[in-house]
Amino acid sequence: MISVNNLSKSFNLHILGEKRIEACRNVSFSVPLGGFLGLSGPSGAGKSTVLKCIYRTYLPSMGEVWYDSAGSGRVNLATLADREVIAIRTREMGYVSQFLKVIPRVSALEVVMEPILARNGVTRDEARQRAGALLERLRIPPHLFDAYPATFSGGEQQRVNIAHAVSWKPRLLLLDEPTASLDRDSIGIVLEILKELRREGTTMIGIFHDTELMEEVTDEVFPIC
Amino acid sequence: MQMREWLDHNDARPGEDDDRATGYPFGFMDEGAKREVRRSILKAVAIPGYQVPYGSREMPIARGWGTGGIQITLSLVLPEDVLKVIDQGCDGSVNAVNIKKFVQAVADVEITTDTRSATVIQTRHRIPEEPMTAEQILVLQVPYPEALREVEPSEAETRRMHAEADYSRMWLFLYEDIVKYGEISISYRFPVTVNGRYIMDPSPIPRWDVPKLHMADTLFLFGAGREKRIYAIPPHTRVEPLEFEDHLFRVEDFSGKVCARCGASDTFMDEIIDNEAGERLYYCSDSGYCDKRYGQCNNH
Amino acid sequence: MQQPLIKVRGLSKRFGAGCELCLSSTGPDRESNVCPHCGSVVACNDVSFDLYRNEALGIVGESGSGKSTLVRLLHFEWEAGGGTVELHRTAIVPALDEIFTDGADYSANLLGLSPFQKRQVRNALMGIVYQNPFLGLRMQVSSGGNIAERLLGAGWRNIGAMRKRSAELLERTEIPVERMDEPPMNFSGGMQQRVQIAKALSNNPLILFLDEVTTGLDLSVQARVLDLIRSIRSEFNLSLLVVSHDLGVINLLCQRTMVMKYGRVVEAGLTDQILQDPQHRYTQLLVASQL
Repeated sequence: MISVNNLSKSFNLHILGEKRIEACRNVSFSVPLGGFLGLSGPSGAGKSTVLKCIYRTYLPSMGEVWYDSAGSGRVNLATLADREVIAIRTREMGYVSQFLKVIPRVSALEVVMEPILARNGVTRDEARQRAGALLERLRIPPHLFDAYPATFSGGEQQRVNIAHAVSWKPRLLLLDEPTASLDRDSIGIVLEILKELRREGTTMIGIFHDTELMEEVTDEVFPIC
Repeated sequence: MQMREWLDHNDARPGEDDDRATGYPFGFMDEGAKREVRRSILKAVAIPGYQVPYGSREMPIARGWGTGGIQITLSLVLPEDVLKVIDQGCDGSVNAVNIKKFVQAVADVEITTDTRSATVIQTRHRIPEEPMTAEQILVLQVPYPEALREVEPSEAETRRMHAEADYSRMWLFLYEDIVKYGEISISYRFPVTVNGRYIMDPSPIPRWDVPKLHMADTLFLFGAGREKRIYAIPPHTRVEPLEFEDHLFRVEDFSGKVCARCGASDTFMDEIIDNEAGERLYYCSDSGYCDKRYGQCNNH
Repeated sequence: MQQPLIKVRGLSKRFGAGCELCLSSTGPDRESNVCPHCGSVVACNDVSFDLYRNEALGIVGESGSGKSTLVRLLHFEWEAGGGTVELHRTAIVPALDEIFTDGADYSANLLGLSPFQKRQVRNALMGIVYQNPFLGLRMQVSSGGNIAERLLGAGWRNIGAMRKRSAELLERTEIPVERMDEPPMNFSGGMQQRVQIAKALSNNPLILFLDEVTTGLDLSVQARVLDLIRSIRSEFNLSLLVVSHDLGVINLLCQRTMVMKYGRVVEAGLTDQILQDPQHRYTQLLVASQL
């Protein structure tokens, strides 16, 4: 479903005297439809860089990222037009970062509802119900639903973040240390949710700081060094 | 010095046994000037409601006292014409009488106060009560020809607004009026749309007279001498006052009022306070019409 | 794939007499938009982009980058020196069928229309909110009247209906409806911006231009205005062109962003890519200064 061929990414920092930073080099792997690939490697090896290149937050310097899109056919995400990347992000591809990208003054419930609503055919009530159930499952107490996540603890924020990313059941989900700031119980719930997503057909690529945990949820671990 | 004397004084060829002022071309203005005014009138008739700039000539009265109307009248009249001049409906006011005498002196026309027998009527701020015919021309004196001036001080900008029919600011002005006063507070110079295109200032006639412009049999010519503009409403032209669906244009209400002189109850009336009795009295503003009715009543 | 709502190609504007060396002597590499040979200002040169339905496109850059010029050109306030702006035929402009030739997907170049036609296109499709509310509002006219002016321009002739529409819009933009007949002069800066937004929305535009709308407002007021824009964006199915020097504003509103410098587009991309992986020297500087 997705195959990364000879992906390299380097940063050219013009304002730091043309300093060049190589973030990852000649990375190649592929993930079958419905598969779950873990990325491992020491910190600084470029695991996050690979995910960001797939999501196109980074522009790959070299190589290809072939993706069998449901809506657009087989596309190279490395060079795909911005508009089409947006379309794929909207319809198919999700991304969970280590930190919640806090949208100011939007309640926790709204944060989770928004991606559900962005997909056609769901009423506001239904979206609210689904978002509420998910948050509750992630142990966000209902009295916090209407509060702004900016005021939440790190763990709570991260759980809202995960709810936001999985609520709409993306076709491809990129996970960058989704469990980093969670306690053991929460991690268990997140893993359960990820397993459910897989059963429903979501393909995933993930980075987990805990190797044991990674081996539990993924089919295969690809080392990046 | 009387006008007669003034004209005679300037007479280069004295002694002619002629009632007309001599030494001046017929109609006071030279032929070239009259031709230019007529050409401007033709253009104005061709583009109803559009202000045609023209080279306003000096007249022997001050600008702002009807020189625009006079130039139109002088350019049009023939010796066989019958002229009526009114000032706010009145045939006898100083301004009306002066203009009448002047035109008669330079163009030898017959003068009347009867609306029906006049061929050309020059007027300031009124349209006669009696319906006018296709054989007649009404010449209106205009102090401020630009209907949009109230909302836009720049001439360049008002010309652009007319060119592009960009009239939302005029409408906004009326909207604000209604919001502030509950109705449109304009009593004179009520703006109209001519032929569905140009917004036009109908001169300071009362609202009462505005409907008379619509689909009329008569040609209306508007002259602004100081502002150097001529415009026109040809016969059978749509003339619609600016109005809103829920705030329709209304004329002045004289219901229950009767002319203290002729007894008319269907005319535009002036209110006069009788100082001695302290009474409010109403009189027809159109003195010619009032005279006619008064005469008829007394002949009975 | 959906077709763009408007296609902008080679849009240019130069102030001054101009000379043959203007273009080669200005731009980001020359660190200036003033031609050293003739003193002309190259405000905007060869700008091309597509704007799609329901998307928000950011234009970021410092003052003098040409971003506001771009908006003025697209809003037909200034005459462009060159370039084309074409409109997709699904954008209906009442009584202006003649700008679409039969069978063509896109209109004639909008920049070549008569002033009258341009105004019709603007009245039917566009709304604008300026940084300076004095540009967007008649300060002495009531707030309801400011909104009504656009409706009047679109042919509305019913006071009651216009007041109803104004009240709805003011309510939507969180202006107390009972202050509808007060002039914006009496209002705070944030309220004035919200009246501007209400006015801009009155004709149900397809395209809304936002020119530094939160610049100069207090932080809390900025937040309220941005929240309002975010919520109306989806509600009114708007395409936004968001001009700002503030990357935070762009990040909040826009999925795609163009970076301008000295009249040129130096970089365009997904907003998160622009912020996290800026390519051009100037964008890197801009991002580094922000954080």
